[in-house]
Amino acid sequence: MEFLRPSTLVEALEARSAHPDGVPIMGGTDVMVELNFDKRRPSALIDLTRVPELAEWGVDGDRTRLGAGVPYTRIIEHLSGRAPALAKASRSVASPQIRNRGTVGGNLGGASPAGECHPPLLATDAEIELASVRGTRRVRARDFYLSFRETALRADELITAILLPAPTGPQQFAKIGTRNAMVIAVANFSLALDTENRRVGTGVGSAGPTPFRAEAAEEFLEAEFDWEDGRPLSEAVVTRFGELVAAAARPIDDQRGSAAYRRHTLAVMARRALSWSVTDYRKGSTRCA
Amino acid sequence: MATTTRTVTDLTSTTKDGVGASPRRPDGTLKVTGEFAYSSDMWMEDMLWGATLRSPHPHARIHGIDVTEALRLPGVYAVLTHEDVPGEKRYGLEYQDQPVLAFDKVRYKGEAVAIVAADHPETARRALERIEVDYEVLPPVSDSRRAALDPEYPLVHEKGELPEHPEYNQSGNRVRYQPIRTGAFAESPSSQEAHREALERLRAEADAVVTTEYEVGMQDQAFLGPESGMAIPAEDGGVDLYVATQWLHVDQRQIAPALGLPQEKVRLTLAGVGGAFGAREDLSMQIHACMLALRTGKPVKFVYNREESFYGHVHRHPAKMRYEHGAKADGTLLYATLEIIVDGGAYASATPAVVGVASSLGIGPYEVPNVLVDAYGVYTTNPPCGAMRGFGAVQACFGYESQMDRLAKELGMHPVDLRLKNAMAQGSRIITGQEIDMPLPMAEMLERCRDLPMPVERTELEDPSDQRTLPGGVAGTTRGEGVVRGVGYGLGLKNLCFSEGFDDYSTARVRLEVVAGEPVVLVHTAAAEVGQGLVTIKGQIARTELGVEKVVIAPSDTQVGSAGSSSASRQSYMTGGAVRTACASVRAEVFELARRKGFVPQGREDVELALEGGKVVSAVDGVLVSLAELLGESAENGTVVERTREYHHRPTEMIDPELGQGSSHTQFGMCVHRAVVDVDVELGLVKVVALDAVQDVGKVMHPQQLAGQIQGGSTQGLGLALMEEIQVKDSEIRNPSFTDYLIPTILDTPPMRIDVLEHPDPHSPYGLRGAGEPPTLSSTPAIVAAVRDATGRPLTHAPVRPEDIVGIDL
Repeated sequence: MEFLRPSTLVEALEARSAHPDGVPIMGGTDVMVELNFDKRRPSALIDLTRVPELAEWGVDGDRTRLGAGVPYTRIIEHLSGRAPALAKASRSVASPQIRNRGTVGGNLGGASPAGECHPPLLATDAEIELASVRGTRRVRARDFYLSFRETALRADELITAILLPAPTGPQQFAKIGTRNAMVIAVANFSLALDTENRRVGTGVGSAGPTPFRAEAAEEFLEAEFDWEDGRPLSEAVVTRFGELVAAAARPIDDQRGSAAYRRHTLAVMARRALSWSVTDYRKGSTRCA
Repeated sequence: MATTTRTVTDLTSTTKDGVGASPRRPDGTLKVTGEFAYSSDMWMEDMLWGATLRSPHPHARIHGIDVTEALRLPGVYAVLTHEDVPGEKRYGLEYQDQPVLAFDKVRYKGEAVAIVAADHPETARRALERIEVDYEVLPPVSDSRRAALDPEYPLVHEKGELPEHPEYNQSGNRVRYQPIRTGAFAESPSSQEAHREALERLRAEADAVVTTEYEVGMQDQAFLGPESGMAIPAEDGGVDLYVATQWLHVDQRQIAPALGLPQEKVRLTLAGVGGAFGAREDLSMQIHACMLALRTGKPVKFVYNREESFYGHVHRHPAKMRYEHGAKADGTLLYATLEIIVDGGAYASATPAVVGVASSLGIGPYEVPNVLVDAYGVYTTNPPCGAMRGFGAVQACFGYESQMDRLAKELGMHPVDLRLKNAMAQGSRIITGQEIDMPLPMAEMLERCRDLPMPVERTELEDPSDQRTLPGGVAGTTRGEGVVRGVGYGLGLKNLCFSEGFDDYSTARVRLEVVAGEPVVLVHTAAAEVGQGLVTIKGQIARTELGVEKVVIAPSDTQVGSAGSSSASRQSYMTGGAVRTACASVRAEVFELARRKGFVPQGREDVELALEGGKVVSAVDGVLVSLAELLGESAENGTVVERTREYHHRPTEMIDPELGQGSSHTQFGMCVHRAVVDVDVELGLVKVVALDAVQDVGKVMHPQQLAGQIQGGSTQGLGLALMEEIQVKDSEIRNPSFTDYLIPTILDTPPMRIDVLEHPDPHSPYGLRGAGEPPTLSSTPAIVAAVRDATGRPLTHAPVRPEDIVGIDL
């Protein structure tokens, strides 16, 4: 196995191009587990930890540009205002040690349906920047996940950044696990209200072969939500929203939980996230939280 | 934190860091700084790496094993199968029923089939892939109830394969069947018709009857240091094995016959142990490493990886239990019946002894005049189960405590009051007829536990919106919605030390000499330090008994007699007792020397002497002579006083196979727990808010380590209450990793108020009682009771699953 250590983005892209079977590695919190368990024996590892651009975040117009290699700890510290849902999701990832190493880029590269980052990226309509020696392109998170662990990422591309729209309304994230920390999601859910465009965004994880949006729930809520004053919604609306989120799921029974439980928790999380959003909306606090 | 009731056993030791103090562990700093050498850290320049080929099937016939391609791989030194086992082809703790390497059949997924030694772990792994095994897959034999009760169920071990064990009524897939009959049920012990009639009569007399089926899942010991060790071939044709284990001599007793060597040619030294909890009672890589070392003439190291470790050791027996209790309106228990089936998996391991505990303690510490128990331990093709902290008493405790709560609810009583009404005490007899001939302050403990201060309500928290205080934790699933508080109680009775007629003993060698002008004590035992802190206790006892501050603890090995197992909460009692006895003998010799050398004034030979501060002291004349002067420098032909002594606890007996009567236990221990939980009743998630305990330990040897034992045991019980289960489906483990086998994190572990009582046991050294296991029993039912209190759900399965709380059928 070759171990490549590019120190610039150009070198990294060249290495990627030359080793389409290689595996990029950043924090190693997913990749090393797979290597240790002998589930993968790639021809090359491309260590991206020395590429400076990947570990930075900054402003890109009215969006936040998050380097794919920024660890969760820094997202929690710096982006809880600019990307509230993603910051909440980051807080729920694993343990402090893992959060010091793990990255959103790694989460996207691994594309586990249980990954914590996917629901917030879907709900907030984030874009993912993919680069290769051929150039750079941006793919909406909503178009990124194709099938089980398959994404729009091409064999010669690296995930370089995530572009996060400035929040214009409340954003929520919640994750179910049978332990109060350091647990893989049994189900997770994110909700984002875009008050400027009067759009509702959802993201659901660990409840189907890929992370997905609950589109019928989004449309339903867009019509029902009081975008002027954020008046409390009737219980029937909240319940219906939960049902629509749960109905969008295609969960399985596995060692982490039953399909019925996953569906049930999605309905509960969706109802609660909606109630919190109404409260937050009325406080008007999330816009600049 | 711990409040203590002082008693007459209090030792006012004049020697620093003696019994009752909290000296630092000799290995503590190394462990905290990461420098301690665990068994997996061992290294030799020319060593080879061992690896194990394991069966991918739970049940299959083996038609052939071809190792040709594996041997061809450069770097591979040996590939061995059952044909290469030099001696006995089977081994076992109690029954010799487990193949060293599988032949004819595999009986569980993960069973060892072949072993490899290579110059690199990766090479060894690749060699495993090249071994061809011709399997004929058989259907799994996975239903423990059918294994116990259905004579038509396929046999895991075909008749004639194994030695008979008539003392356990072994037949079919039953490893052991143990009935217990008292009162009306003892009148015609084996007539089912008579039992039915007696039961009908008792039911008619009872004002309340509760009948429930319970299940306890397969818990893993979840030690952090995987199975590992190194075997080094010796010039005398023997082998030196450095290994993390719980009992060096029982390993030696099983390894030597398999290697075809006399015991003395198989020498064991304890390597650094990263936790045990029962999982290291059975052999794992020991014989395999020795076989490969002897074959290749090179040191061979094994380290299991985490997934392999889940297949490499026994687990806690899962149990299926049917309980019925009947009581009068005032709460007085009238009768109890229990059918308990524990699943031993493919090989016996400790199953017979687990059945002995589960049956004899099956109804708990309650006075019940009429009892009917049927306890079964069975073979299946599920993962083998054996020893784990609590050992059969954990499973039963979940059952009988759940029954007490149901009965209390049925009768409209407080759960503590019902328990008080039927509480045992010193002088009571458990269902085997054995008298509890030591203090058992159960009523006092229950009252103290009930009266402990409650944790503050959620609304009184400094920041009630802090996610870390809520069920679901940092995953942010609630801001308080759906959260309901509950309170529950649990207590458990545990036998301590080995039971049922086993001649349980420990050996200690103690040497006193003067080095560089200072008296020094060397304590040498074969006892396994597995993290529990025996290494500290041995030093404390030597200091107290010999009045010498400087104590050196020799490495544990087989160059001294057996210490027995670091199991059954027994080492402070047994090896502590052995060290104390050896010290007493050394002390007597020192006094004799002092008299002989004329340091004791004439006419005062009968005056009591003591060793204090490195000096011989007379009750009348004060300091007589320093040890330095009396013994002289050992390097300059001074006197070295060395004694080796065995300590045996009082004898016990088997319970009889018909009525289950007999004094089978050495000592009893008890812990009482009160759990307070916050449950998100809509999502089925739980946050334990407080887990407070009252435990009687007879005598506190080391307050800090004791608190650690109680906290650790309580937390392991919390794991079983809420998350820890090896999920087995069709005999296959679904979650063999710490990703999916969840153990409590610090966020799951609540503050614990610990109230320690010291009512001395007149039979034990210092009056002490084994302390490690009782909290593991009681914390599980206390937490589940609290969750029931919050949710109103029956919750008959431990661990409680979120689905059980929200009411989704599994």
